[in-house]
Amino acid sequence: MAMGTLSRRNRIWWIAAIVIPCLAPIALPRFYVYLFSIILLFGLLATSNDFPLGFGGIYQFHHAVFYGVGAYGTALTIMKSGLSPWLAFIIGPLIAAFLSLVMGIICIRLSKLYFGMLQISVGSLVWVVVYRWYSFTGGDNGIYDITVPDILSSYQGAYYFTLIITGISLYLMYRILKSPYGSVLQGIRDNPVRSAMMGINVKRHQLLALIIAGFFAGVAGTLFVVVDNTVFPDMLFWTFSLEATIMCLLGGWLTFLGPLLGAAIIVVIRTFASTYTVYWGLVLSIIFVLVIFFLPNGILGWIQELYQRRTKLAEVKE
Amino acid sequence: MLYVQSLTKSFDGFKAVNNANLDVQQGEIVAVIGPNGAGKTTLFNLITGILKPDSGHVLFKGEDITGLSSHEVCRKHISRSFQIVNVFNRLTVFENTQISILSRERRTWNLVTPSSKLAVDETNELLKNVGLFEKKDRTSSTLSHGDRKVLDIAMALGVNPQFLILDEPTAGMSPEETTRCIDLILGLREKFGLTILFCEHDMEIVFRIASRIMVMVRGATIIQDTCNEVRRNQVVQDAYLGESDVCLM
Repeated sequence: MAMGTLSRRNRIWWIAAIVIPCLAPIALPRFYVYLFSIILLFGLLATSNDFPLGFGGIYQFHHAVFYGVGAYGTALTIMKSGLSPWLAFIIGPLIAAFLSLVMGIICIRLSKLYFGMLQISVGSLVWVVVYRWYSFTGGDNGIYDITVPDILSSYQGAYYFTLIITGISLYLMYRILKSPYGSVLQGIRDNPVRSAMMGINVKRHQLLALIIAGFFAGVAGTLFVVVDNTVFPDMLFWTFSLEATIMCLLGGWLTFLGPLLGAAIIVVIRTFASTYTVYWGLVLSIIFVLVIFFLPNGILGWIQELYQRRTKLAEVKE
Repeated sequence: MLYVQSLTKSFDGFKAVNNANLDVQQGEIVAVIGPNGAGKTTLFNLITGILKPDSGHVLFKGEDITGLSSHEVCRKHISRSFQIVNVFNRLTVFENTQISILSRERRTWNLVTPSSKLAVDETNELLKNVGLFEKKDRTSSTLSHGDRKVLDIAMALGVNPQFLILDEPTAGMSPEETTRCIDLILGLREKFGLTILFCEHDMEIVFRIASRIMVMVRGATIIQDTCNEVRRNQVVQDAYLGESDVCLM
């Protein structure tokens, strides 16, 4: 009986989770549809950041580089090569994945915090190149008015495209985490020495996690091009990486949907805070400190804990 | 089966392992004993590739495995458990054991098939063998210390070793758990035909199950011989047994 009501409630949640995002553009004004698109693609960015961070135990601190390079890759392919934009949408993430491989090979020799620090340094080099190379990347102006296929040029079209691609990407990452590779990756997170002693080549498995994360960050970057039709160097700046990491921590870095929730909260707070204050960095860091102190496992992690405690209590009572 | 020849490792000038020698024949149970800080765990780390030796050789079945990394050593069918429990804390007992089996089957690069459909029977079988089957869905961090030690051994067995290294398998266990664990190890050895190298502080266990004993003091091998010879050896009594309260006779 209890199981029946639970699954029925779950089904209602699932239906709501699918139907509400699909209907949103019909009911909501343009600004909110744009906001929803941003939440989705930032959610994808944060989830791909959490793939190595929360499930691989790799301190992926400069994830925005792959997001930005994916976006620039797509934008430059569209603007400079004359290839079909649809093709560019694939090329962008692939460039991001390739950069992730190269940076991964450089950084993976170090572990934990040292990896994160080296990644920030190397990633900042990439940012400098994008920021200063005026003739190619447009420097601090970025690139404007990127032409996207007609079907995506309306805000609803861009929204639905973002929704579908984000959905597929999240599903793929979820499947990977449930595969043997995903189990091994989580094993490495919990205990790399033990994993190696079980015949697992730790560094290579971690490198693949970085490539996968880089690819999906590139997908998120490409979606930003579709939604906003611009790219700019701040997308690669390390403070934005920090924001993505905070999304993971706030939502729950050990849960799969946590980063998406974190992204939604951060985007909403930023949107409304920016009408009152210019000190967004201050607001963000206060959130960060509060999360570290009061919700070390994030919001979803906290809910999970409560739920587990309740089921354990029920068991004890029986 | 395993030969260790004048193995040496120093940390900042301190010789943790200094000219250690060891040989283990197929099917034997060899114990390494020695006072705290004698370098037993370091020796095991050197054999299993967690640390790289400064000099000396490790031969396994005639093959030089000195300085190989851990995952390569594991592929030679050497496996180990750890002194300080070393399991995947956030995963369930089942997942902990399953990863080991998936690794042996070289399925760790599979990104497509759900884990829940792979190696399930084998994992259950192994968990039944070690007596953890009833607890397979518990997160490993919620297990008792004794159960975690047993899980550690199960994970070492999942890769199908011929040679098993156990670093203080009963450390921190209650007397009942210790008995259970030793019976388990002996049973598993029968069942899988394992050769075992272990270290242990409990002399009663050492003299009961070891066929030969190697004594280490300050990183160096003093003697490796049968239990009776080790008992009788004057150097061992002076260097090691004299210092401790353990009564051997």
